[in-house]
Amino acid sequence: MSLIINGIAVPAPVDPRVSLLDHLRETLHLTGTKKGCNQGACGACTVLADGERILSCLALAVQYDGRSITTIEGLAQDDALHPLQAAFIEHDGFQCGYCTPGQICSAIGMAAEARRGVPSHVTTDLTADVTLSRAEVQERMSGNLCRCGAYNGIVEAIRSTVAAEVAA
Amino acid sequence: MTPFSYARANDAAEALQLGRDAAAAYLGGGTNLVDLMRETVARPDRLVDVSGLPADIAETEDGGLLIGAAVRNTALAEHHAVRTRYPMLSRAIVAGASAQIRNMATVGGNLLQRTRCTYFYDTDGSRCNKRAPGSGCDAREGFNRIHAILGASDACVATHPSDMCVALAALDATVHLEGSGGARRLPFADLHRLPGDRPDIDTVLEPGELVTAVELPPLRLAATSTYRKVRDRASYAFALISVAAALELDGDRIADVRIAFGGVAHKPWRATRAEEALRGGPATDQAVHAAAALEFADARPLRDNAFKPALAARTLAAVLGGLARGEAA
Repeated sequence: MSLIINGIAVPAPVDPRVSLLDHLRETLHLTGTKKGCNQGACGACTVLADGERILSCLALAVQYDGRSITTIEGLAQDDALHPLQAAFIEHDGFQCGYCTPGQICSAIGMAAEARRGVPSHVTTDLTADVTLSRAEVQERMSGNLCRCGAYNGIVEAIRSTVAAEVAA
Repeated sequence: MTPFSYARANDAAEALQLGRDAAAAYLGGGTNLVDLMRETVARPDRLVDVSGLPADIAETEDGGLLIGAAVRNTALAEHHAVRTRYPMLSRAIVAGASAQIRNMATVGGNLLQRTRCTYFYDTDGSRCNKRAPGSGCDAREGFNRIHAILGASDACVATHPSDMCVALAALDATVHLEGSGGARRLPFADLHRLPGDRPDIDTVLEPGELVTAVELPPLRLAATSTYRKVRDRASYAFALISVAAALELDGDRIADVRIAFGGVAHKPWRATRAEEALRGGPATDQAVHAAAALEFADARPLRDNAFKPALAARTLAAVLGGLARGEAA
């Protein structure tokens, strides 16, 4: 067995203490995924596991043996940015950029959740289709902190791309 | 982290076999355990990964739901039967943690998560009877805004951090367990302990015992239920006070009611005194405040959390008022 990272099979670490985050950064040199708090409080390390957003700092790499992991490096098609990456540039969705890979992976997972009807803390009707209003995007993205405070641009980038697809 | 070995269990029998060593720990989503291991608060020598065990949500014969322990928190919150028949449970889950954590965290792990008392986590210099029995408690005279007001002891004033568990307490859930002595079922209210002089022990589980499922009984009034959480920021924070409640009215009178509080004690606090006081009576603010006063009559607030009984009463009044008016949330 092995982990599939951005479509490429790589062996799981021998030492079970290695987090998925450290395996990505230190072993595979995929440094796009960032280490912020390393305790599940900031979201900078967010990646997609079989399309679901997770925190790679709280994930032991061995536990994801056999799973398919997508990081920020796996989103662009050759030289063409993922539409959400382009939208972050268009809407100034960052200043220092440290939280950005986690924000983008998180938003892609968020849109998939909304598409299949997962409710959020601000959802009024638990059984209705999800409409990604500004309040819904803010709540659903609350696990990703931006200490520069680029939230307005982040929300706009998300609403103009992946959130718009949910409503369509 | 201290060194440990890792093994995946394919079923409960294999998990019990692998987990019989006293220093083994079961691993669900890892969202709490991995963090505790990194801080060396938890030091298991073997992790038995039970996150791949059955993760089904099935209807029971009597009209309830049987939820596999490996079901992810998100999967439970989004399940149609939960959203329609037990809305307080959906709302409690999505009030907790972040979406990333809810995607990882299992139902079994949520039950067994440990307190978020900062002194419990601070291995660098804080005394904590839960982490190091007999060392003392720095929370009792320290920063204790988030700490317990009911059922605490001289040894420990920590709270249970789960939102989901507050709903399960209100819903009269049953916990399914398997251990070396066989399988057993436990009323949810009996799972978590009050601290007493052994705050290092959170639950009544036997060593090596495994949570395999949580069962919800059929409960008609749960369809009219909700969960409200009061916290220091609008999202992604632990509760100062939370309320899970279900209400059934008969005209102006309360035919039946279920209430549980989070953020007040070492365990999710089922408010049986308040329920008894309200049952059969009017659904007025005055009656709710009187019931809350009964429930919190034995409250022992600390330096920083004297606001909690009044906040709990107001939150309960707002929640029951909203349910009585037919408001969704």
